[in-house]
Amino acid sequence: MKELQYPFDSEYILKKKKSIKRQLLSREGVSYIEKKIAVLGGSTTHDIITIMELFLLNYGIKPEFYESEYGQYWQDVMFDNPELVEFNPDLVYIHTTSRNIKEYPEMMATNEQVDELINSTFAHYKVMWDKIMDTYKCPIIQNNFEMPSYRILGNKDAVASFGRVSFVTKLNMAFYDYANSHENFYINDINYMAACYGLQSWADPFYWHMYKYGMAVPAIPEFAYNLVNIIKSIYGKNKKAFVLDLDNTLWGGIVGDDGPENIEIGQETSVGQIYSEFQEYIKAHKDIGVMLNVNSKNDYDNAIAGLSRPDSVLKPDDFIIVKANWNPKDMNTAEIAKELNIGADSLVFVDDNPAERHIVESQIEGVAVPEVTTPESYIRILDRSGFFEVTNFSEDDVKRNEMYKANMERKQQETSFADYGEYLKSLDMVAEIKPFSPVYMSRIAQLTNKSNQFNLTTKRCSQSDIENFAADNNYITLYGKLEDKFGDNGVVSVVFGHKEADVFHIDLWLMSCRVLKRDMEFAMMDELVAKCKECGIKRIVGYYYPTAKNKMVKDFYNLQGFAKTSEDNDGNTVWDYDVSECYENKNNYIKVVR
Amino acid sequence: MAREEIYKLLNEVFQDMFDDEDIIVNDDTTADDIDDWDSLEHINLMVAVENCFKIKFTMGEITNMKNVGEMVDIIQERISK
Repeated sequence: MKELQYPFDSEYILKKKKSIKRQLLSREGVSYIEKKIAVLGGSTTHDIITIMELFLLNYGIKPEFYESEYGQYWQDVMFDNPELVEFNPDLVYIHTTSRNIKEYPEMMATNEQVDELINSTFAHYKVMWDKIMDTYKCPIIQNNFEMPSYRILGNKDAVASFGRVSFVTKLNMAFYDYANSHENFYINDINYMAACYGLQSWADPFYWHMYKYGMAVPAIPEFAYNLVNIIKSIYGKNKKAFVLDLDNTLWGGIVGDDGPENIEIGQETSVGQIYSEFQEYIKAHKDIGVMLNVNSKNDYDNAIAGLSRPDSVLKPDDFIIVKANWNPKDMNTAEIAKELNIGADSLVFVDDNPAERHIVESQIEGVAVPEVTTPESYIRILDRSGFFEVTNFSEDDVKRNEMYKANMERKQQETSFADYGEYLKSLDMVAEIKPFSPVYMSRIAQLTNKSNQFNLTTKRCSQSDIENFAADNNYITLYGKLEDKFGDNGVVSVVFGHKEADVFHIDLWLMSCRVLKRDMEFAMMDELVAKCKECGIKRIVGYYYPTAKNKMVKDFYNLQGFAKTSEDNDGNTVWDYDVSECYENKNNYIKVVR
Repeated sequence: MAREEIYKLLNEVFQDMFDDEDIIVNDDTTADDIDDWDSLEHINLMVAVENCFKIKFTMGEITNMKNVGEMVDIIQERISK
């Protein structure tokens, strides 16, 4: 919904929250994931929850909330409040602020005294986080602390070890150390948000003394948006790729009219500098796995000439797909999604021209189209939008650009082979198919939350779920990692299920679409059958649950040689496979390492 | 600004806030007259009124306001300056 897209009108959202919620819920054809979120507050959380709900619904997440009684965040966890235990949250958010720091160092305190106070303050939080992880095994989001609103020592407050600014800074560092050494633990950086908003307005004492809000009520929408970005990222709703216009978006001027030598880029003019800085900003996204693409109304040669200028930060090589032609931009955008094999709802379209933004936005469902205005605002608007909010770094994210580039090369090679089998053979594929192992747990969980198309049951799993299945003898788990002569695709397939006597039920079977038509699904089947045989399984049962996105695997089990045993009105199907002694491997092209 | 004009704007704020197009407030209206007007919604209402008239209430004013009439008195006094 446009009203909830950054940069939004906070006043409007606060005033119209009821009608916005009504509009969100009346949208048709939205499939939500449902999540139970416990909000444990050290100050009033009423409107924080109301506004969080709007942003969550807008991302396709339907929350059910548990709200602690005022200020009871610690007690609720430590003394197992039965309501919270029964609620059994999918995610816990701890809303504390500098208002919750009960004790600051005394003036002239020694370094040892200060350290002791930091340790005891930190311990208060740590024991609670440990307890949550132990009890609920779910993701935790914790605020850091915003800077104090006043400084007794003036500038020295940041320097003297007993200064409040110094104390808050050190506490925050202790929080980050914990976050860096614990998975599933995330910091909501309110210190940064307060700085962006203006600390004086953020920490307006009026809202604390009147209503016990730890921050100014007018700041809640910006605050909640930043928080919800972490949540949507955890649940796999990040964007994956930029689709970028060129003229007056990546450089100043029109390359076709002005000539590549006359466009504004580089250090010569202030306008050129702005675009260079923006190009640097875009380029840095490659390193976190965001894919860069061009969608420009230009002759192809002109587009490449512009990007090939020696002072252009972005080079033609930085892009996976360059669509520089005269086709409508919505058509180009749809094709880019198709060629990358990702949903159009994973794209961010950046164009200075409102007419182009409008056509892409109105023709293509789910694509993000930020309202960029002048070039000096591009970075702020994209950055604060949080499209690519990083929660977990997996190696695959970092390598994604390389992998997609390799995929494009594979496609080119594909066309030069007459026989598809010959092509597959030429790829020299090697797969590693093994039970879930610790190094891949985070990637496996990520895949279960991100894969939509080649996914038979769309069962979403947290990392702790995955770890539990791996440890449970009643489960058979397999991941598949595929390498070929163009590069390593990483973990691309996940299969697991549970045993009931001599019957094996497949709870989840998914594969990344980047390895479609490579026979990887057959290699997985071979391994699954081998594993089943080892445990004396006689029959395998597969399930297909249709969603808006997984039609491509409707007949998957049929293809694998299963027989359909039932189908209900919603199209849910159940399939049977008899494990025979003389099973013949279906995969002929991939060398498998077990 | 005349009192009627203030009420016209104020009614819109109340209608948006409580998502009810039928709300009309007058000098004697208090929180008891509107279902959803509890202490937590009160703060939002105050913020919305402040934004609407581009004014700021003091803590003392908010704690002492007894009904909508008194709120309008303050608004009238504030914007006439």
